[in-house]
Amino acid sequence: MAASLRCFLRSGKNTVSALQRRDFHRSAPAAVQMTVRDALNQAMDEELERDERVFLLGEEVAQYDGAYKVSRGLWKKYGDKRIIDTPISEINVLLQAGLRPICEFMTFNFSMQAIDQIINSAAKTYYMSAGLQSVPIVFRGPNGASAGVAAQHSQCFAAWYGHCPGLKVVSPWNSEDAKGLLKSAIRDENPVVVLENELLYGVPFEMSEEAQSKDFTIPIGKAKIERQGNSITLVAHSRYVGHCLDAAAVLAKEGIECEVINLRTIRPMDVETIETSVMKTNHLVTVEGGWPQFGIGAEICARIMEGPAFNYLDSPVTRVTGVDIPMPYAKILEDHSLPQVKDIIFSVKKTLNI
Amino acid sequence: LGLSGARVVVSRSFADFTPQATFDIKKCDLHRLEEGPPVKAELTREQGLQYYRTMQTVRRMELKADQLYKQKIIRGFCHLYDGQEACAAGIEAAINPSDHLITAYRAHGYTYTRGVSVKEILAELTGRRGGVAKGKGGSMHMYAPHFYGGNGIVGAQVPLGAGIALACQYQGNNQVCVTLYGDGAANQGQLFESYNMAALWKLPCIFICENNKYGMGTSVERAAASTDYYKRGDFIPGLRVDGMDVLCVREATQFAADHCRAGKGPIIMELQTYRYHGHSMSDPGVSYRTREEIQEVRSKSDPISMLKERMLSHNMASVEEFKEIDIEIRKQVEEATQFATSDPEPPLEELCNHIFSKNPPLEVRGTSPWSKLKSVS
Repeated sequence: MAASLRCFLRSGKNTVSALQRRDFHRSAPAAVQMTVRDALNQAMDEELERDERVFLLGEEVAQYDGAYKVSRGLWKKYGDKRIIDTPISEINVLLQAGLRPICEFMTFNFSMQAIDQIINSAAKTYYMSAGLQSVPIVFRGPNGASAGVAAQHSQCFAAWYGHCPGLKVVSPWNSEDAKGLLKSAIRDENPVVVLENELLYGVPFEMSEEAQSKDFTIPIGKAKIERQGNSITLVAHSRYVGHCLDAAAVLAKEGIECEVINLRTIRPMDVETIETSVMKTNHLVTVEGGWPQFGIGAEICARIMEGPAFNYLDSPVTRVTGVDIPMPYAKILEDHSLPQVKDIIFSVKKTLNI
Repeated sequence: LGLSGARVVVSRSFADFTPQATFDIKKCDLHRLEEGPPVKAELTREQGLQYYRTMQTVRRMELKADQLYKQKIIRGFCHLYDGQEACAAGIEAAINPSDHLITAYRAHGYTYTRGVSVKEILAELTGRRGGVAKGKGGSMHMYAPHFYGGNGIVGAQVPLGAGIALACQYQGNNQVCVTLYGDGAANQGQLFESYNMAALWKLPCIFICENNKYGMGTSVERAAASTDYYKRGDFIPGLRVDGMDVLCVREATQFAADHCRAGKGPIIMELQTYRYHGHSMSDPGVSYRTREEIQEVRSKSDPISMLKERMLSHNMASVEEFKEIDIEIRKQVEEATQFATSDPEPPLEELCNHIFSKNPPLEVRGTSPWSKLKSVS
């Protein structure tokens, strides 16, 4: 049953509503498997239907169904007015007065062509106008490393965008994150940067019954504890949440119980959840794909040090990060440029002095 | 007739062939120019065979890359050039090795014409230490003397090209910079900034738009308010050239280079060309264009076939001769493939090298604070 459901869902057809009407056992709610891609697609579909002012623009989003097929089927359903193919002109990030655009960057590497507009026009305008002009815009697309796409296509922009007041920045990991955060981003009155991950697009995750609802949103600014533990706190965002959970499974065999926190939002960061956890476990390891200097882990270290959790630390915080180099192409070099599960395990043990 | 017999025939044949012929080529559309390149091109037998060899090598190399990608031996992005060979070959025929060239990511052909061996190109694609960038660059980041890549961000190479032209002017070396981009990049604002500065300062920059009709999946009509790319430089003179004819490309590039070297400032060339493959290996290339269209270009305008037929019809070479060249090239590509698939990956010690130039060795942070790696220039 589950296997055929999975096949059916992976084919892209929307069976969610049909399933909801079925009566299963009284025990567990009817969860389904959904890929991150389909979750993002569903989020946009639902929001496009809900609010006429929402529209999607970007390169290849319409007739091509999206460079990574995230917007598959949307142009067919909503047409030229709501789903717009643009020329290769990232900087034409439009301040569409009264509308609510979703701007897709084919990858966030290309957002650098438009970054002046994102920061100086989108992020700062509400402040500069003292509340007169709001910018309800979403910038979304794949961020960070992929596989073999080399130096110019592999950068993580979490720290860059996370640095700027006026922006909200989210970084979903699984399908529920993707759907809930994207819907919140679209409904938010402010510019929101949604950092997706190409390698996660095709990965199926469980979607709870609650997540399948058309009104399911995840609040921006709230982290989630994916796994409870007492020995040490691991904090990550996006793909590395999965790596942390894998490391936690291995470490559990040795009696080390990791508490894994999925940041979900980069800015505003939910430091409180991290602090509460550290005050319980006394140890902290941060994990990210981006470069170490001035990064997410660096920010977490500073915030922990400035708050109540500092006195609960039994050892300095450890940051696990990408290697401080441009991304090389050759597979062996690329593999060694990013955190592996074994690097996390190693860092946990070093931090615990084991 | 045994193989050895055929060889004997070929080696004695040169005296029977026409050493040089003149061909009619398509007239270029002109923008802000009184005269354009000549409408007749002279071709020696030697030149013809050389252009054939160049284009056929690029063709076979790209098809081999296609194969290796499907076998997952090449990974990441791979943008193939087959169909557009006349552009790279024609341009190189009209400029000097001391001139400069920069292009975007559909760069394997130019990497070859600018002097890198097939072996080093394929080994770079397979990510091995023998690759032209030691395996660290990949498909989009290959470099050579006077060849500045291989650039991944659409349009970003154009301001760089204008800058190289500025350097040529600054150094007074009479060199030009050929700055290539596609029809997709033609709508990037940074190009217009480059046009302005190049024209203002009369930089020896040949801007060349390789118009293959599609920017990934978007046809030119859906992306550009004006598809007259040779006119988009406004105050910069322009030529629209048949990019499938290597002689047309050569004559136009010669004309453009002369224009720049005479101190007249930049010039734009639009090469009308076509790519057989999709945008990249992840794009089947048939969702936005028909198979019939691709087939038609292949049968009526293939650059390699066109050159071959011209030479055969003027008795400049024999069918056997072309076959021999094909066999040689196939062998060369096979040997290069052998190398590219057997050469080891780069050593881990290379990981952090080449961050800075002419710098004392520095320490680089690895994935954890305990991982201290070394970087040398």
